[in-house]
Amino acid sequence: MSAINVYQQNPGADAKAQSPLHHADLASLVGKGRNNAGVTLREKKFLGHLTLRGDGHDQAFAGGVHKALGLELPVALTVVANGDTSLQWVGPDEWLLIVPGGQEFAVEQKLREALDGQHIQIVNVSGGQSLLELRGPNVREVLMKSTSYDVHPNNFPVGKAVGTVFAKSQLVIRRTGEDTWELVVRRSFSDYWWLWLQDASAEYGLAIEA
Amino acid sequence: MLHIFCPHCGELRSEEEFHASGQSHIARPLDPASCSDQEWGEYMFFRDNPRGIHHELWDHVAGCRQYFNVTRDTVTYEILETYKIGEKPQVTAADKQEAAPVIAKGQGEKV
Repeated sequence: MSAINVYQQNPGADAKAQSPLHHADLASLVGKGRNNAGVTLREKKFLGHLTLRGDGHDQAFAGGVHKALGLELPVALTVVANGDTSLQWVGPDEWLLIVPGGQEFAVEQKLREALDGQHIQIVNVSGGQSLLELRGPNVREVLMKSTSYDVHPNNFPVGKAVGTVFAKSQLVIRRTGEDTWELVVRRSFSDYWWLWLQDASAEYGLAIEA
Repeated sequence: MLHIFCPHCGELRSEEEFHASGQSHIARPLDPASCSDQEWGEYMFFRDNPRGIHHELWDHVAGCRQYFNVTRDTVTYEILETYKIGEKPQVTAADKQEAAPVIAKGQGEKV
């Protein structure tokens, strides 16, 4: 076992933290805009994002992940969730684990313990990406305007997650409920997505939720 | 717009999600130090430029971010198959010639 420097990367509540959309001051926009908005946006900020890599065909790996998280490794293009913890297939040997903010250190230690001795990688990418939740009857129309990927329910059931092109960049689209979708975005692109989503959802009405 | 089947995602995706990365199946010399300049130069820089069947590396950059192989016809842009790294192509130039003997021979000849 090589010596891996695993340490608490979350500075805790005492440190002042700014979310990727801090500058947009979403809190001040809550309750403004049209009534019965077709799209409701919520920034799911300060969550723990961990990239997990390993051999999905290896029973020891799949079993270790299940033991540590209580979640089965999802198959291609799917996301599984248990409460606020979600595990998403990203590639044939890569998964994205999102846990409530502050839990990432404990979860990483638990995973490393369960997968001890295996050829794996766990990287905390919490600072690099963020989650935007879109909810409402018109979210699908907003997505249809933004991506060439087919978001019709026949092709995009609840629990599906795909990385694709979106507007002029790329992100991951996850469908977490009938009318609820999540976008996994790069932190550095969050302002672009904020501007894009405001524009794309203007005709349906956009409501902000804190 | 081409629709390309990603062998990892298991579905057809639009071309804009992909990036072409040139010829595939190029084996790196096992002992680079013992290569002559010509051998190393050919490995490094010289690529096939066939008219017809070509095996290429593509990268699903916007999706699963994995490289895979594509057999593509450089004349028609038709993608005949996609397969994972390490697998062998089902369609090769030799097969194709038997199946479709219509090949232009002269320069500028119409197909």
